[in-house]
Amino acid sequence: MAAAVAPPIAPAHVEEHQGATGLNTRKLLMWAFLGSDCMFFGSLIGTYLVYRGRTAIHPLPREVFDIPYTSVSAFALLMSSLAMVLALAAIQHGDVRRLKIWLLTTAGLGLVFIGGQIYEFTTFGAEGLNLSTSIFGSTFFVLTGFHGAHVSLGIVWLLSLFMLARRGIITQERSLDVEIGGLYWHFVDIVWIILFTVVYLIPI
Amino acid sequence: MAAHPPGQTVEHAHPGAREYIIIAAILGIITAIEVAVYYVDSLRPILPPTLIALSAVKFALVVMFYMHLKFDHPIFTGMFLFGLATALFTFVGFLFLFGFVGVFH
Repeated sequence: MAAAVAPPIAPAHVEEHQGATGLNTRKLLMWAFLGSDCMFFGSLIGTYLVYRGRTAIHPLPREVFDIPYTSVSAFALLMSSLAMVLALAAIQHGDVRRLKIWLLTTAGLGLVFIGGQIYEFTTFGAEGLNLSTSIFGSTFFVLTGFHGAHVSLGIVWLLSLFMLARRGIITQERSLDVEIGGLYWHFVDIVWIILFTVVYLIPI
Repeated sequence: MAAHPPGQTVEHAHPGAREYIIIAAILGIITAIEVAVYYVDSLRPILPPTLIALSAVKFALVVMFYMHLKFDHPIFTGMFLFGLATALFTFVGFLFLFGFVGVFH
């Protein structure tokens, strides 16, 4: 497609909120938040691992996990990260139309992931596993549920960016708004990269 | 590292769509390998370190290329790594405290 696009603008040149370091303060704050969220998830994953394999109450993890199903969910979330960076690349080139398309794609893939998680939780519930069934149930649902809450918040954020883009508020000069939303979205993706391995794939 | 004048950052232009798609392909392939090795019985003894190494590669690719830490100012990397290191110490501390160092048997 031969749509006319402007050259990309380096993020450092488009924002006015710069402190003494010359760095954008909003971006700095987002990285500080992501660092603190690492500690939050680190504690939850540590708790899950400490109690891993310490229950004999059924159903056990291997009895309920459906690896092919969860793999598809993980792949959808991974590809949503691609859609997110393509959205950022689009707005950095001034292409608002593609920004909107990729933002909707990202949110859609996020919804696929959340839909999959809701289905998984429902299935586990039907098989007798819930938050109070066993220590496995408690740690599993808290860990993956908090991640799901992060994804849900990310979807709301993406749709907000989409609405702002529709109203013409998000422009090439404000690409940092998309970049900061993208940082959050990629963070939920990297957390799932770890959870998928630690919770689902590594056998007890 | 060379000194930079006040107000000037060491951020560089982000990669383009082509690079992003290549990274996504690599991520997809690694995910496929992860799931495949899960089903190989002969790899069971080395499954945990293999899976951890593969997920570490995916993690690094996303952080470096999609979150642009490879191209952005090192302070951003420092802030994130500080949180990540603290999380890792907490995580390892938990495992030591509860006698679960060999959790991945």
